[in-house]
Amino acid sequence: MYDFLVAPFVEFGFMQRALAGSLLLSLSACPVGVFLMLRRMSLTGDAMSHAILPGAAAGFLLYGLQIVPMTIGGLVAGAIVAVGAGAVSRFTLQKEDASLAAFYLISLALGVMMVSLRGSSVDLMHVLFGTVLALDDAALWLIAGIAVVTLASLAVFWRALVAECLDPLFLRSVSRLGPLVHFLFLGLVVLNLVGGFQALGTLLSVGLMMLPAAAARFWTSRVVTMAALAVVIGIVSCLAGLLVSYHAALPSGPAVVLIAGAIYLVSALVGTRGALLARVSHPHRHRTA
Amino acid sequence: MSEAAVTFRDLTLGYSSHPAVHHLSGEVRRGSLTAVVGQNGSGKSTLLKGIVGVLKPMAGTCQVASNSRIAYLPQQSELDRSFPARVVDLVSMGLWPKRGLLGRYRGEDRDAVASALGTVGLSGFEKRSIDTLSGGQLQRALFARVLVQNADIILLDEPFNAVDSNTVGDLLGVIKRWHSQQLTVMVVAHDLDLVRSHFPETLLLARRPVAWGPTAEALSSENLKKARRFDEAWHDDAPWCEPAGHGGHVDHGHGHHAHGLNHSKAGSAGEPERSPIQAA
Repeated sequence: MYDFLVAPFVEFGFMQRALAGSLLLSLSACPVGVFLMLRRMSLTGDAMSHAILPGAAAGFLLYGLQIVPMTIGGLVAGAIVAVGAGAVSRFTLQKEDASLAAFYLISLALGVMMVSLRGSSVDLMHVLFGTVLALDDAALWLIAGIAVVTLASLAVFWRALVAECLDPLFLRSVSRLGPLVHFLFLGLVVLNLVGGFQALGTLLSVGLMMLPAAAARFWTSRVVTMAALAVVIGIVSCLAGLLVSYHAALPSGPAVVLIAGAIYLVSALVGTRGALLARVSHPHRHRTA
Repeated sequence: MSEAAVTFRDLTLGYSSHPAVHHLSGEVRRGSLTAVVGQNGSGKSTLLKGIVGVLKPMAGTCQVASNSRIAYLPQQSELDRSFPARVVDLVSMGLWPKRGLLGRYRGEDRDAVASALGTVGLSGFEKRSIDTLSGGQLQRALFARVLVQNADIILLDEPFNAVDSNTVGDLLGVIKRWHSQQLTVMVVAHDLDLVRSHFPETLLLARRPVAWGPTAEALSSENLKKARRFDEAWHDDAPWCEPAGHGGHVDHGHGHHAHGLNHSKAGSAGEPERSPIQAA
């Protein structure tokens, strides 16, 4: 048991770093995912994860596999797509889902083009799928910084975030924070996706953000509990994913996300809040009042 | 101290350069209880959004008396009922003006929330998830939120929509209590019989103001006929509304004079008298 569960993390520095990085990521990305889901923007996370690709690719092409330029590039690309899509939806007839789709598709194509112009398919695979087993100190510090900024922002703006989801017009009637909170939140999404891509890649970082959140929805109907539970599910997924990856020599990113996916499927089946089994097992059972 | 809680001066509100409320002038008197009526698209909700500041005027001004606190109840459809919140969470949102973003809720706040829930007949519902409430129960909870806001101007957008008669009666009781406390209340409503029986004053909108004053006069058959003739459609090629001479405006699309309505206040004790309605 010890050999299976603990030894890999004690004996190997790269496993310790992978563990630390993925735990920090769970701590910050999973609550952000809960709010994305509650705002019915689950697919926005996916779109944004594609959107940061050309920025990360530009950093990669110019400076190689360096965390700082790739992060800055990703942040810039994410911000351009978020603001561009927001501007088109605000100032034209088009709604944000269409404008965001347009912007992220342009961004994604641009990113793939940039990587393939100069890099090899191995480079592309790295940017797309990352590798949590190769986190260096700089990447860990970055993820830690992102976790601190995210948790602090969530703590400070929690009330506004909830109000903005629940009754945005009411929030606007009592405070001017509404639009600010919206963009701050999109900023947190981009930040966490950028933090995740080094470990999981641009495509899978959204998996750690959304799957624990979507799974937690089946177990509780309070936002605080949901966020905490999502973090726990994220941590369990990371631990289990890393162990599976280590013992079975499988790629770590997909392993982590697949474990989270399995937890989601189980939750959707047997969860206590509106899950499938409860709905079909006793369809006629009811209370007296 | 001015008698006006809200003053409109040639106010135009709208969307994408099309007016939804066109050249409204007049005053909402402090302590008045006013129904805002009109057909769909006549600018009722837009007007409330303008007063609360959610929508900025395209022209003219909407001035709220200084130091006033506004409580605004949007239409129920604006609320995301699937959001995982309990009744107590929803009602506690009304504490925002007092506690803001970071202020801790105290014992007195919890008492205020409990008392508001009692007033609207929802004691014991504190921990119920809002997605399990009926339309009427949700509206009661939203009224409790307005109570908690402790405001002196209260704006309610279609509070009686999809609500049973029992609930309407109870909510009207709450509104009358606010009126008796000299709070200023404006309510968007569709049921003209209900407006006639319970609201002393009425603003009849058809994008432009048609009538504003004592309900019986404002809802005269002649005024209602005028309001019904209002053209709901926007015209993309409608001429631009340019200021005409004498400081007024002419709405070329509808051909009304835009001086709006004079809504004078009276000097005698008790209910103020109103000047006759000067609709176009």
